[in-house]
Amino acid sequence: MTDAQVVKRAKYKSSVKDPGVRGILKMTRERFVFMPNDPSSLMKLNVEFRLIKGHKSSKEGSNRPALLNLTQDQGNYIFEFENFADRELCRDFVAKAIAFSGEVGGPTSEKAAPLKDEQLSSAEMERRIKLLQEDSELQKLHKQFVIGGVLSETEFWATRKKLLDVNASRKTKQRVGLKSDMIFNVKPSSDGQSNRVTFNLTPEMIHQIFAEKPAVRQAYLSFVPTRMTEKDFWTKYWRAQYLHSTKNIVAAAAEAAEDDELAVFLKQDAILASETRQKIRKVDPTLDMEADVGDDYTHIPGHGLANEDIKDELEAQYEPFKRSFLQDINRHAAVVLEGRTIDVETGDTRSVAEALASSKRVELAKEASDGNASHQERLDRITRMAEIEDLQAPRDPPVAPLCIKDPRDYFDSQQVNTLNQLSGPRQMKSRLNTSEAYGSLRAYISELRTVGLSDPIVRPEVAFKVFNSLTQNISSSKYQLGKNPHESILDTLPSVTKEELLLHWTSIQELLKHFWSSYPITTSYLYTKVSRLRDAMSQIYPKLQEIKESVQSDSRHQVSLLVQPMLQALDAAFAHYELDQQKRSAKGGEKSNGYA
Amino acid sequence: MKFQIEDVTVYFPYDHIYPEQYSYMIELKRALDAKGHCLLEMPTGTGKTIALLSLITSYTLSKPSNPVKLLYCTRTVHEMEKTLAELKLLHKYQLDNIGPSARMLALGLSSRKNLCVNPGVVSAENRDSVDAGCRKLTASWVRALAIENPNVPTCEFFERYEKAGSDAVLPPGVYTLQDLRMFGKEKGWCPYFLARHMVQFANVVVYSYQYLLDPKVAGIISKEMQRESVVVFDEAHNIDNVCIEALSVSVRRQTIEGATRNINKMAQEINRFKATDAGRLRAEYNRLVEGLAQRGNLPVGDTWLANPALPDDILKEAVPGNIRRAEHFLSVLRRLVQYLKGRLETENVEKEGPLTFVNAVNSHVGIDQKMLKFCYDRLHSLMLTLEITDTDEFLHIQTICDFATLVGTYTRGFSIIIEPYDERMPHIPDPVLQLSCHDASLAIKPVFDRFQSVVITSGTLSPIDLYPRLLNFNPVVSRSFTMSLTRDCICPMVLSRGSDQLPVSTKFDLRSDPGVERNYGRLLLEMVSVVPDGVVCFFVSYSYMDAIVNSWNETGILKDIMQRKLVFIETQDVVETTLALDNYRKACDCGRGAVFFSVARGKVAEGIDFDRHYGRLVIMFGVPFQYTLSRILLARLEYLRETFQIKEGDFLTFDALRQAAQCVGRVIRSKADYGMMIFADKRYTRHDKRSKLPGWILSHLRDAHLNLSTDMAFLRKMAQPYDKTGGGGKKTLLSQDDLEKMNGVEGMMF
Repeated sequence: MTDAQVVKRAKYKSSVKDPGVRGILKMTRERFVFMPNDPSSLMKLNVEFRLIKGHKSSKEGSNRPALLNLTQDQGNYIFEFENFADRELCRDFVAKAIAFSGEVGGPTSEKAAPLKDEQLSSAEMERRIKLLQEDSELQKLHKQFVIGGVLSETEFWATRKKLLDVNASRKTKQRVGLKSDMIFNVKPSSDGQSNRVTFNLTPEMIHQIFAEKPAVRQAYLSFVPTRMTEKDFWTKYWRAQYLHSTKNIVAAAAEAAEDDELAVFLKQDAILASETRQKIRKVDPTLDMEADVGDDYTHIPGHGLANEDIKDELEAQYEPFKRSFLQDINRHAAVVLEGRTIDVETGDTRSVAEALASSKRVELAKEASDGNASHQERLDRITRMAEIEDLQAPRDPPVAPLCIKDPRDYFDSQQVNTLNQLSGPRQMKSRLNTSEAYGSLRAYISELRTVGLSDPIVRPEVAFKVFNSLTQNISSSKYQLGKNPHESILDTLPSVTKEELLLHWTSIQELLKHFWSSYPITTSYLYTKVSRLRDAMSQIYPKLQEIKESVQSDSRHQVSLLVQPMLQALDAAFAHYELDQQKRSAKGGEKSNGYA
Repeated sequence: MKFQIEDVTVYFPYDHIYPEQYSYMIELKRALDAKGHCLLEMPTGTGKTIALLSLITSYTLSKPSNPVKLLYCTRTVHEMEKTLAELKLLHKYQLDNIGPSARMLALGLSSRKNLCVNPGVVSAENRDSVDAGCRKLTASWVRALAIENPNVPTCEFFERYEKAGSDAVLPPGVYTLQDLRMFGKEKGWCPYFLARHMVQFANVVVYSYQYLLDPKVAGIISKEMQRESVVVFDEAHNIDNVCIEALSVSVRRQTIEGATRNINKMAQEINRFKATDAGRLRAEYNRLVEGLAQRGNLPVGDTWLANPALPDDILKEAVPGNIRRAEHFLSVLRRLVQYLKGRLETENVEKEGPLTFVNAVNSHVGIDQKMLKFCYDRLHSLMLTLEITDTDEFLHIQTICDFATLVGTYTRGFSIIIEPYDERMPHIPDPVLQLSCHDASLAIKPVFDRFQSVVITSGTLSPIDLYPRLLNFNPVVSRSFTMSLTRDCICPMVLSRGSDQLPVSTKFDLRSDPGVERNYGRLLLEMVSVVPDGVVCFFVSYSYMDAIVNSWNETGILKDIMQRKLVFIETQDVVETTLALDNYRKACDCGRGAVFFSVARGKVAEGIDFDRHYGRLVIMFGVPFQYTLSRILLARLEYLRETFQIKEGDFLTFDALRQAAQCVGRVIRSKADYGMMIFADKRYTRHDKRSKLPGWILSHLRDAHLNLSTDMAFLRKMAQPYDKTGGGGKKTLLSQDDLEKMNGVEGMMF
């Protein structure tokens, strides 16, 4: 985490109407501390986030106070901030801190109390609606359980807090990358009457220019404001750009001779050149065309056939002024690829330049230190690249990194795996040790020696029959599955059945999740919730049976295989419920009869 | 896997093999058995290199009594590294399977610049300064001085290598240039001289074409290779051009000026020696009388480039009397330079044969053919006598002497062309005198004669019957393989019209048409918005690329392209291009996607692979014809017509299409790979052009794709996870069992 603590000016209020006490609110991961400006005041606070159960905030508006309400089991803390930006920051921090302390504190503290229907900010409401709109499955579940009254709105979202939070925090964390187009590569606008042209320069453009042209950055740091004003600086810069665009190198050289500040922009970038020399040493040797130069001996001047392309025969004095647009494009793409390296608001030109310069230095130092590791990595890479991939069985077992976007896919593939396992050999547990096994094997062999093998041990017809009947289902499903592992049994079923099965599967999951998270039952609220959930689950049970019976006989086996885990899960839940009930009745006596 | 091809057990480092690799090996083995040369075309992306390496090393292993040495020639250093990486893989497999008897020594060889580990020397700017820097520390007279005077700097790596003497050997293994450098650093031995020494004992040597084809280099590096060697020229579709380049020299104004400076410098040196050490010059004279120009027992540090003419053409004679004395030779050089300078001041294009030129030299400045021929050897001897170490300063006079030696040696297959200015820029005077070789067979002839098997192979050798004529040899095996595919993994298409139905082409009258440029831009824009990962574009020349990129920039198309993908461009600066390529790969690796603009016939087109996600689409903008108004090209065409009866148009089309095929072939590396190829020029629709593309591209070029139809259904099919078993009945991957079965069937048939 980057921001381990937040310090803001705020007013502490005992209620919304209260004028409040001015002071400093300091939040760390574990706790928040409020220090009133008036040291004599008794309103000092020092509260652990572990005790905070939730937070509410007032709506944003120009004339409303920026309030943040931290709710505790008893009472709450209300802070008023100077502006909404501060409030947002603190609220995000609190959200994270609560989530964090929840994780640390274990599930008991989080689940201890039922959540009251919280007052939702409009933003949160929108987010929920958006989530529902984006995910039709979630919407279905929501409709089934929340509208159907099995779960409350709060309960439904409580298990998806991560979904809400992660989205929210990621939104604020993400930084904007560099623009792909060369925004500084602009054409001047002219008014059409005079010879005057106008360039518009934005902070974003300045940032890009500094990142791509270290010489300009360097010049800025050394010239502005000691030798020229910022405006003069950029005027000179554009003048140089203009000279380049005319492609008249001789003219550019002549101008540079008169004005040594302008010359900085016109000449080739020396900093860039030295960076290039550094980088070329680290380049992948299978790409290194630089190594070729001088490996063929035809490069001795005048050897080989004359180059087909036009060489601009320029005299040596103009050499430093040669620059091409193509180089600029390459440089631009390289910088964009590197990404944004600095974390400075683009408003202040000078700080941008300084930050870029220092980040470059850090980078160089880092590169120098981990030279060996990167070298090894490069070598490995070459070896990897040298292999022809499809001639070779994959080296590692084909494991894809787990990234479940749509759980349905995951469980489908799991289903296939289970099937495969079922058909595969079962591992037998054996308690024999090796010597015993060896002894028994020897006994068998000696027995065989004396008796001899009955030939054949089993008659082939019988064996075949048995084998056939045992494997019929497996082979038929294998046959239907085809060779393609991406097809699953589900796809072979009629779409209605498939949809129904999937719906039940997700709803069972949802219910079970709530069911198991309600244990141990500590409050009457949980008690009623569990019984609600149980009723809902028992309604699904017969539906599954129905599906199983409705399908045609040839796929019934597969369907029952699919339904089996669901039923088992439900059975386990029921069993746990019954057990709990019995325990309860054993303790509480008279209470048990009313339920069950 | 391991399997039998007749009497050879082939060790192949993969579990499967493509059928074409198998038949490639069979053909290759036939050529080795017959001790003859062969010409094999196999599509890119079918693992030529590994098939070659695997068969030849296995062949050696199965015949331990008569081991063949493999000289593997690549176009570029990075290809050398790739080849060695594959060889490493193979070697590891062979060691695992056969044990220590499979040990071999394989190494790459390059110039000092790529091998030197002396930090003071290698930091120099270019190769010549590295060479000169090395000579300054390792020349025999420098080292002799250093023994007397400890302040004279020497190279510690070279000294330690010399001290180790015959103990300085590389243990068996596969060494890339990187490995050589590491080994050298570790032991404190100079990797360059160590590698040069070990080349004689190595089982496999991987180096650049020039080390065999360019007589200047081959004379010192490859002269000790035994006849029982297999020479492989990989990616050899351009081999005729390499041969021609090796024997061509051009002289410009700068050369003349530099040579004059060099002569003056040498004159000073001679005077200095006359005053201080006259005995030296006399000793040289005596040596020359005895006919020892330079090829004696030179210390290893003193050798440099050998004679530019081919070894068979150099007469075993003593240096003629009138250039034996140093000052006489200098005055000959002076006269020659003066004459060339006069010839450069012409106002018309002149073209003549070597004979006429030599006669003219003789009648004007009194230098006969024999003196010209010995110029190079004489110069070399003089420079050694004068103890010149800063050889990088004396390149110009070397060029002049190379020119003189070549023009004095050859009477046919060459012409001398003097142009007062470049045809395309008539207002800028830029006189150039070129000695251009037209006959590719000259440079490669000694290679064919010296080695028992020469293998010429590439993805594009179509039409395959042209190469034996161009190179003047008789292959015992000449075959073109097709590609067996599990699925359509390439999709070539021809785009002849833009979206506005205007024809697109880089024909001279159309190429700068704004409509064509716009249509090309639109095409690229459409493509980058749908094709994932890497896209590669090839243009016909740097100048055209420059123009079109600028025009796209003006019209805003470039900006739109940049919205979709990062743009990287090949420039004439190799360092910049290398970095651009590196960044391009990074962009493809991280999923950002990028487009690379490159030039047909450029360095990138010749050696860089855009396999897998590095190239899902390649667009060839235009037909990469050579600049047809070039005098050199015209002279060569004339020569080809007269000598080999090859029609000019045919040769030009052949040349352009082999370049185009080479460019688009860069996207496929294996059968699991896939890529789309677009030929964007209306001229590709014409049958005479199209039919010269290699068969493996042609067989996928459907009539429906002769006009652009972005067939997304096809693309979707091709990008599916690769199914190894092969959907159809035809097997495209063979396992060891399959091969054994095949062998069994064959055995029954015979």
